[in-house]
Amino acid sequence: MNWQALALSIKLAVIVSGALLVIGMPIAYWIAYSRWRWKFLVESVVALPMVLPPTVLGFYLLVGMGPRSPVGRLWLRVFGHTLSFTFEGLVLASLIYSLPFAVQPFAAAFRSVDRQLMNASATLGVSRLRTFARVIVPLSYAGIVTGLVLSFAHTLGEFGVVLMVGGNIPGVTRTVSIDIYDQVQSLNYAVANQTALLLLAVSFVTLSVVYAVNRKVWVL
Amino acid sequence: MRISCCSLFLVIALAAAQGAQAAEITVAAASDLTFALTDIAHGFERKTGNQVRLAFGSSGNFFSQIENGAAFDVFFSADVEYPRKLAASGLAIASTLWVYGSGRIVLWAPVGSPLDLGKMGMSALLDPSVRRIAIANPAHAPYGRAAKAALESFKLYDQVRGKLVLGENISQTAQFVASGNAQIGILALSLARAPTLKGKGTYWEIPSDSYPPLEQAAIIPGAARDKALARAFLDYVRTPEAQAVLRQYGFHPPEEQ
Repeated sequence: MNWQALALSIKLAVIVSGALLVIGMPIAYWIAYSRWRWKFLVESVVALPMVLPPTVLGFYLLVGMGPRSPVGRLWLRVFGHTLSFTFEGLVLASLIYSLPFAVQPFAAAFRSVDRQLMNASATLGVSRLRTFARVIVPLSYAGIVTGLVLSFAHTLGEFGVVLMVGGNIPGVTRTVSIDIYDQVQSLNYAVANQTALLLLAVSFVTLSVVYAVNRKVWVL
Repeated sequence: MRISCCSLFLVIALAAAQGAQAAEITVAAASDLTFALTDIAHGFERKTGNQVRLAFGSSGNFFSQIENGAAFDVFFSADVEYPRKLAASGLAIASTLWVYGSGRIVLWAPVGSPLDLGKMGMSALLDPSVRRIAIANPAHAPYGRAAKAALESFKLYDQVRGKLVLGENISQTAQFVASGNAQIGILALSLARAPTLKGKGTYWEIPSDSYPPLEQAAIIPGAARDKALARAFLDYVRTPEAQAVLRQYGFHPPEEQ
């Protein structure tokens, strides 16, 4: 089994789900409480990666990161290399790709918090940020865990986008799903099977955690 | 009203009958044949009135699919090993195995590249402006194996190893370079000559004695639906007309090697 690829995928998934916790919470807060009439447009943009085929995202990322796009040129000038075929490039791609899997559970949880508790907190003179930290977050922990775990699992299983912008460099962009694909292509069915089984088990455990947390099997 | 209804029905019935007469085959082919075989299939369709449906992809993928019962009528593989294996295991008709040509590899750089491939040859790969070199994955893509062998025989492999990015197949490898994400790549000659890449870059043919021959072969799988038409198509690919197309894209018949 290719432990290097597995370790790389886990590293990618940890970084991406961690970053999405930070980026996703303010977005989810805004989506949950904003009354802006065009909010639905933002919600659609956030949900887009769920319905778009990875080829669409992969294609735009490949061209966008390339030296012929303005963004790619700028990046090249500042950092001396393009984002394609780098680990940072995969992180960026995965952030976009897994965004809805974090933001949507967060927003759903925030929305279900009793408004009266928030109002009570406000009348006691507590700031919005403190209310968020002391009232909303503790009451939304199941949704936050769900978003965190789903974005972790989704990044771990990402294939199409990585295939299109990764370049399959061992230890840098050869993730576990790419490795499984390569093993199948090389007709090493036994090795492919080992890795695939492990990924299957990890995915099952991950989803079980999500459902267990939501059923409040363990009181935290 | 009634008459027009009747005549409409007649027209539909006739059209359906005609549709049933024109036969159709499905051909699975390695992606290096994308352009050559499309041209050849058009020629065959014009000549015989039959339809050819083309599926392009990696030879290894098609091999697995045929092994698992996919009903392709003809399989064109970029590596003769796959059809040989199918024939050996009885999944394809051994007598139809035909080596139709051999592929060549080239160094390819996009337009605007500072590299003068004609002058530099393989040493272009060591130029400081080259940060990424795209080749097909040597683990399973025939063109990747050839690229790696060529790099090894020029004693360059260890020096450029850290710069390699691997395409899933030779077409994706071409994408990596054509989009500018890699500065140079080792591609199939057939792709370098294809209309989509022609004006977009320059190429230099890598000496064919630096890598084992990329023998390409076709075979008719046992699960083929229309074996007679599949044979007719293979016969057509043998005609001088179709051979000229193959040669134009850089596939040379084996006897010219």
